[in-house]
Amino acid sequence: MALFGTAAACAIGYIYWQTNVLLNRQLEQTIEAEVQGLAEQYRAGGISNLARTVANRSLSVGNSIYLVTDSDGDRITGNLASISRDLWDSVGRVEFVYDRPGQNGPESRLALVNIFRLKGGFRLIVGRDIEDRRVFERVVQSAFFLGLGFMALVGLGGGWLVSRSLLLRIDAVTATSRTIMEGDLSGRVPVVGSGDELDRLSENLNAMLDRIEQLMAGMREVSDNIAHDLKTPLNRLRNSAEAALREHGGAKSYRAALELTIEEADDLIKTFNGLLSIARLEAGTASGAMEEIDVAVLIRDVVELYEPAAEDMGLSLTAQADGYVRIIADRQLIGQALANLIDNAIKYGGAGAGGKIKVTAIDTDVAVEITVADLGSGIPNKDRERVLNRFVRLEESRSRPGSGLGLSLVAAVARLHGGEVRLDDNKPGLKAVLSLPHKSNHNSGAGTQ
Amino acid sequence: MAIQAVPPYPRMTPQTHIHAGQFVQEVHVSALHSVPMRILLIEDDVETAAFLVKALKEAGHVSHHACDGETGLALAESGAHDVLVVDRMLPKRDGLSVIAKLRADGVQTPVLILSALGEVDDRVKGLRAGGDDYLTKPYAFSELLARIEALARRSAPEEATTKYTVGDLELDRLTHKVNRGGQPILLQPREFRLLEYLMKHADQVVTRTMLLENVWDYHFDPQTNVIDVHISRLRAKIDKDFEAPLLHTVRGVGYSIRVERA
Repeated sequence: MALFGTAAACAIGYIYWQTNVLLNRQLEQTIEAEVQGLAEQYRAGGISNLARTVANRSLSVGNSIYLVTDSDGDRITGNLASISRDLWDSVGRVEFVYDRPGQNGPESRLALVNIFRLKGGFRLIVGRDIEDRRVFERVVQSAFFLGLGFMALVGLGGGWLVSRSLLLRIDAVTATSRTIMEGDLSGRVPVVGSGDELDRLSENLNAMLDRIEQLMAGMREVSDNIAHDLKTPLNRLRNSAEAALREHGGAKSYRAALELTIEEADDLIKTFNGLLSIARLEAGTASGAMEEIDVAVLIRDVVELYEPAAEDMGLSLTAQADGYVRIIADRQLIGQALANLIDNAIKYGGAGAGGKIKVTAIDTDVAVEITVADLGSGIPNKDRERVLNRFVRLEESRSRPGSGLGLSLVAAVARLHGGEVRLDDNKPGLKAVLSLPHKSNHNSGAGTQ
Repeated sequence: MAIQAVPPYPRMTPQTHIHAGQFVQEVHVSALHSVPMRILLIEDDVETAAFLVKALKEAGHVSHHACDGETGLALAESGAHDVLVVDRMLPKRDGLSVIAKLRADGVQTPVLILSALGEVDDRVKGLRAGGDDYLTKPYAFSELLARIEALARRSAPEEATTKYTVGDLELDRLTHKVNRGGQPILLQPREFRLLEYLMKHADQVVTRTMLLENVWDYHFDPQTNVIDVHISRLRAKIDKDFEAPLLHTVRGVGYSIRVERA
């Protein structure tokens, strides 16, 4: 602000000074020319010639001032009445105030004159009326100071206003972050809508807060589910151990109780491992084993692993893929996801003997799609989103084994690979599609040889 | 327990197992495990270690215990153990660094890594550091024991064994032919590999997860009893028409291929 003020003052001061210099030079040149002309007349015809010329020139209206006096100081000719006695002896350039008739009587005006002493005591006084210039100078001067003052006022005031609004907005960010630190995640930084840097910062902060809140909600949901789905079996486990102790059933019943306890503990461990896997997949940390795999080989492998189990249930399980279906992926994770889908199809897609489960892999150029289709009862449309969540089991009785984590793990594997899992109607049955997009840096042409 | 204290104890190829049937029976009347081993546990949790030492002793093995990485490393450097069981997170020196140091020093004792970290990339890191097998906590003791015994077998010189024999069952690794009592048995490729793995670890228990890992190369929990169904199919081919079954189910643990003795 001070810098701006100084610069402005310098600029205006310079303009003022330059104007002054220019005007002065003009004035001097005019007077000089006048003096030159009169000097010629004087050289040519002496004082009488000079007096005549001065008399002539005095007739024209203008700002020129002429006066020729005799040695006593009495006026011979000219448009100036007289000059004061104080100036009488001075020679050269002199400024003084004189009276001139104006519209409303005589007015005092400033004059700048040259006084020459001629032979025989005559005096020639040539000059210009500079009252106008003085007025102009005053106007410029007052404009300069007024401008400077105005600028300082506007600059300081404006600066204060701008910085105050900026500080207020930063204060708003601080206040929001404080409420968030205190545990209220719903707070958001206000966005004024001007689209400036601070607004963009606020928008980014808000987006970040949205993401954090979403993650926190996810965490809360998971911990609620853990509380329910781990505490219940833990309680059961504890109860059965307690019951065995209380009943004094002898070695045999103790043994049975212990075996049951271990079984339940194993189930708990499985659930726990499943949850941890999903959590790690969702955190995106488990991506160290990406390699090019042939999905055609993979589906044949996994189908071969499950085929005898399916056959035992009276189901036929077949794999179908032509040639190579290559993609960059984690073989273990895709294998597990596919295993979970097939496992589901065997458990729920049975519909008695003669059921068919088809596993196919195709490359659509954009993505590799692994489809597991069964002829079972399928999943109602309204449940298809929900069933991908943790611990959701559509069977109310929960009589069949399973933790309710299978499809959530498939969904998490798909997300880790940038893909998705879709549950469609196979008419009848369920068609689960695991879609894995080719990475943009991976030439999709290489996947379809 | 005739040979338990004689280091180095005789290491046997599968063939010698069968022909030394007398000997096997003598060493282990009740337990299945044929070879006593010296095991070094490097585990910081004292209770876990005490439980393992006791359980391994019941299984016929001798074990030492070190509470931290530095002590464990010093003990392991002697090379006097058949298998090292190393926890990943240890005071003073972490498990992976212990293993890396041992391998750098030329100690080739097989290592089983125990860890609470169970994701695929954790496993990869563990094996890359020089571990031979990886088991995630919490585990069943039977699983740990089966893996320890499998590792000890792995460290025995394989001397280019091209044939595995258990009783009258023969498997030729080169020609991929299997016969029992002179009768050829036709196996699917996967069944062949399953039998090959079981016979490589004849007289030992192999767990379902070991089979899934080594025969199918998958490291996840298959939820359903997929492995059991494969085993029963294999059993139908190799045992059904014969009097003495060779492929046995070890309840709650896994499977074992061996000649049953009265």
